[in-house]
Amino acid sequence: MNSQAGMETPLTQYIKGNGASLGLKEYEAIGGYTALKKVLQSMTPAELQQLVMDSKLKGRGGAGFSTGTKWSLVPMGPEAPKRKYLIANADEMEPGTFKDRLLLEGNPHQLIEGMILAAYAIQADISYIFLRWAYRSAAVLLKKCLEEAYAAGYLGQHIAGSDYKLELYLHTGVGRYICGEETALLNALEGKRATPRAKPPFPQISGLFGKPTIVNNVETLSCIPHIVNNGATWFRNLSSSEDSGTKIYGVSGKVRNPGAWELPMGTTIRELLEEHAGGMLPGYQLKGILPGGASTDFLTGDHLDIKMDFAAVAAAGSRLGTGTMIVMDDKTCPVGMVHNLQHFFAQESCGWCTPCREGIPWVEKILWSIEQGAGRKEDLELLDMHTKFLGPGNTFCALAPGAMEPLQSALKYFRPEFEKHIEQKKCPYANHTH
Amino acid sequence: MSQNKADTNASIQQPSSAKPGGTELSVAERALIDHEISLVPYRKAAVIEALKIVQQNRRWVSDESLDAIARYLDMNAAEVDSVATFYNLIFRRPVGRHVMLLCDSVSCYIMGCTELYRSLQQRLGIEFGHTTSDNRFTLLPNCCLGCCDHAPALMIDDDLYRDVKPMELEGILKHYE
Ligand SMILES: Cc1cc2nc3c(=O)[nH]c(=O)nc-3n(C[C@H](O)[C@H](O)[C@H](O)COP(=O)(O)O)c2cc1C
Ligand code: SF4
Ligand code: FES
Repeated sequence: MNSQAGMETPLTQYIKGNGASLGLKEYEAIGGYTALKKVLQSMTPAELQQLVMDSKLKGRGGAGFSTGTKWSLVPMGPEAPKRKYLIANADEMEPGTFKDRLLLEGNPHQLIEGMILAAYAIQADISYIFLRWAYRSAAVLLKKCLEEAYAAGYLGQHIAGSDYKLELYLHTGVGRYICGEETALLNALEGKRATPRAKPPFPQISGLFGKPTIVNNVETLSCIPHIVNNGATWFRNLSSSEDSGTKIYGVSGKVRNPGAWELPMGTTIRELLEEHAGGMLPGYQLKGILPGGASTDFLTGDHLDIKMDFAAVAAAGSRLGTGTMIVMDDKTCPVGMVHNLQHFFAQESCGWCTPCREGIPWVEKILWSIEQGAGRKEDLELLDMHTKFLGPGNTFCALAPGAMEPLQSALKYFRPEFEKHIEQKKCPYANHTH
Repeated sequence: MSQNKADTNASIQQPSSAKPGGTELSVAERALIDHEISLVPYRKAAVIEALKIVQQNRRWVSDESLDAIARYLDMNAAEVDSVATFYNLIFRRPVGRHVMLLCDSVSCYIMGCTELYRSLQQRLGIEFGHTTSDNRFTLLPNCCLGCCDHAPALMIDDDLYRDVKPMELEGILKHYE
């Protein structure tokens, strides 16, 4: 697994593409489950937690929280509750995001091994994969891989001959974006409406059924076996920036070669767009970029040299989010595109808190009337107002502030386009209708 | 266009033991629900699984099915309904033989899902949320299907279609009778 530093792709190098996936035998042949055996034979949970802390791994689910720190908040030792849960968040529904699908379909055992390791680190005895309904092939594969892992003694009682035991279940959701928010996910697993929960108490203290619980993203968990095998320093050195490891980046939109690639954390937007995605399709110009999914602020062609890591994208006024960027071209109407985003957020608002439940549909309607040529000058002020009232701190969870990110940045970078719609009383773009 | 066929038993199939809309849960449904109950600390925590099991068997969740689930889990029907109606893919109205989910999220918007929708409307004569009069298709909008690098995308039952062009729809639809 060692090649030139900075060129390694531990998460994806054995993924064959074209929908083929690694079975247990193949996974073991490339060193699969050696990390698990090593840990169970020679590391305490505290040592594994420390290793992950030292690796400086940050969560790949969107918020970029330190994984080691998150784990360290779980009560440990003889006084801690006997029942604890470890959950893989495989709800991937952020528009523009398709990175976890790659890992789920390409190398499911890597995720399963990462989950067993994470569960051991916090001494969980029950584990779930929360998989979105639409990932049908992943569901079939995961089921098969779980059976294989049980049969090989990697799950169940006395894992790999040790005293550690863990049950791992696959749970398929029934469709709601908010299920990806970690406390809403817990409510969904408990058979309730998936509305988020108040924090504190944090899930690490009181999560699923009131027990200590860790929720981690699929990509985060898939990193763990490699950190165990190769060490924290190796993991930090994979990246070309402050944030460690590799990242699965993606590009969609009117580019020559849309796709997903595992690259050193901190790869620039320019390299992603020009080298990996092959540049814009002939006849299209780059106009804007949502760097990390639907709920991140627009960047523009002036930001191409920004490194795609948590700090650099934040300094440029947006968020790394899921690291899968959506490219807006010069023939796509920004008002139409932002309307499409707000339609999504309005529909997926869980309805729990008033600003989000009432505010996003209002925003959606205003944008629709502007797009249809019925906008008024005051509408832009109304939109500005919403970006503040639905911003961070004013709603119960991060969905609404996330929704406001592409809107506030569109109003900043593409305001003349909004004004043109209002002045001309029509959409100046050809393909503007729904 | 390229297709990924999931190797599942189509999740929405003809009912077996239970009469659709029958007022009691079948023996097979109870057995599956009992297994789910055994995995959670209290009965009503299995309600989403119960809804999924009943829907898999009966294709949608009628008021009568909902009542049966409520009785079986010691819940009241309104409580079960508040859960059922929260989730996009629990159907509280009858659906056609095939359910089509068209992605209407942002990458597919940029890549032309609006055209695809127009073409589907013409071919099927229905809008989102409706079922064709021959009961063949129910057409629903769906959030990002997670294959935005192959937009626009749609699913029919368990099958995913990617990079779909309007002219290819005819060839796709004919696989579903
Ligand atoms: C509305 C909303 C949707 C989310 N959806 C997902 C998701 O689909 N997958 C995911 O891993 N995290 C999602 N998150 C982030 C989770 O709440 C959580 O931070 C993450 O799963 C933690 O994993 P990590 O620490 O490994 O990143 C979402 C957050 C919000 C607010
Ligand atoms: S912000 Fe929106 S999604 Fe989050 S709790 Fe409030 S209503 Fe629900
Ligand atoms: S936006 Fe359609 S598949 Fe992601």
